[in-house]
Amino acid sequence: MMFSSFLTAGAEDTISGLADAGLVAFTGYGVVFFGIVLLMSVIIVVGNAMKSRKKVDVPSPAPAVNQTDVPQGPAAPGSAGQIKLYDTDPKTAAMLMAIVADKMGKPINELRFISIKEVK
Amino acid sequence: MLAFNISDTLIRLWNDSGFNSFFVGDGWKSLAMILIACFLLYLGIVKKFEPLLLVGIAFGCLLSNLPMGGMYNQELWTAFMDESSQYYHSYGYILANGGLLDFFYIGVKTSLYPCLIFMGVGAMTDFGPMIANPKSMLMGAGSQLGVFAAFFFAVVLGFTGPEAASIGIIGGADGPTAIFLTSKLAPWLLGPIAIAAYSYMALIPMIQPPFMKMMTTKRERQIVMTQSREVTRTEKIIFPIIVTVFVALLLPSTAPLIGCLMLGNLFRECGVTARLSDTVQNALMNIVTIMLSTSVGATMVGSSFISLDTFKIVVLGVCAFIVSTCGGLLVGKIMCWATKGKINPLIGSAGVSAVPMAARVSQDVGRKFNPTNYLLMHAMGPNVAGVIGSALAAGFLLSVFG
Repeated sequence: MMFSSFLTAGAEDTISGLADAGLVAFTGYGVVFFGIVLLMSVIIVVGNAMKSRKKVDVPSPAPAVNQTDVPQGPAAPGSAGQIKLYDTDPKTAAMLMAIVADKMGKPINELRFISIKEVK
Repeated sequence: MLAFNISDTLIRLWNDSGFNSFFVGDGWKSLAMILIACFLLYLGIVKKFEPLLLVGIAFGCLLSNLPMGGMYNQELWTAFMDESSQYYHSYGYILANGGLLDFFYIGVKTSLYPCLIFMGVGAMTDFGPMIANPKSMLMGAGSQLGVFAAFFFAVVLGFTGPEAASIGIIGGADGPTAIFLTSKLAPWLLGPIAIAAYSYMALIPMIQPPFMKMMTTKRERQIVMTQSREVTRTEKIIFPIIVTVFVALLLPSTAPLIGCLMLGNLFRECGVTARLSDTVQNALMNIVTIMLSTSVGATMVGSSFISLDTFKIVVLGVCAFIVSTCGGLLVGKIMCWATKGKINPLIGSAGVSAVPMAARVSQDVGRKFNPTNYLLMHAMGPNVAGVIGSALAAGFLLSVFG
């Protein structure tokens, strides 16, 4: 089966020769990449549109917070928000977040943790 | 006076019994299949390998190989597929003469079950990580390498194009897609392909890690990825609509699978169909799983299952899984290099569908080399992209050979 024919093969039962098989495999892999790249582009465009709309929706910046009141800590690795950890190691933070999600019966990625601080 | 001969009666009873049929002609194959079914039940119940599916598949196999049970009649489906038969594509003939498992199997033949399973998968899947980091989709595409490599080598081993396409899709690590494509292109291979696909999916935690370690350096495995951006609800609602329109236009043959996947996801994300989302995720998914697993298991009839082709499919299947894993890792490594070490290539192996098991494997392997590393949400991006990628691969193969 030639390249021109396999694209319109319809009910073709066999493919003659390894060259045709290789061609089908190569084209198929290319089509999957092409489809995914196009889809990725669309998602990026929609994402950018959403981000720019969000900026327009928020005309004035939030009132400034006195940064001196809040000590700055490192963000928890892999967390889905801007969580700040104060005197808490990442392993304990991950455990606490998992417990909260479990108690609330919600997937952890749907919760937004702001900060975790050890009460002394 | 009634002539009653006890020895003749006992011989007749033995000849009429199912036990005797094990020792006549190919009857031993049915006996062998019953033993295989018991082994699969052991794997499902004791070893907990994909038990929700494997228990049903194994029991379906057990039922269809019990001689004279009449629950699944392969000859009806042979006539159904034979263009020269007067019963070609006659569901009426199946309904009038079939057994219980024949009725169940109609859902496989019409692709109803794989599509409904996809709807459930869509309702259970959060596409947020993929929307937050769309570039991770490339790893999902890279992981389809095993599909086409297995397709090529299946042709080398003497399978026809449609058969090779059905075998290749095992590399997508996506059970419903494998069943969808095989039921359309090579239904006579459905049993071995479904068993291979689901068995290897269950074995992902054992198959993938050696290749993940082999293809990445220790330094790469320790890379900590920065947190992804927050995805808005609007984006999550728009996403399934865009994907459905886009993919269905690109590869129309994928429309049933992608359409159901995205409908399920829209139920989940739109916020006004919580009841439907709950039904699809739980009740519907469970009902369809029972029917799908038992009817797929029923196709494992000894006379056709025990053959050299089944052995080839099992070997090609595991090779497809390994190549798919390596394909995803390779794209992950390229992206790691291109982003100057911002992407941990371990998440590439999650590009094989198998949601969310493959993502968990990325997380586990990553944490072994850096206990403070949390790759799970990052790995979910390529993982769910793999579902779309394998559906695209199936759509392409269906367009060529369907």
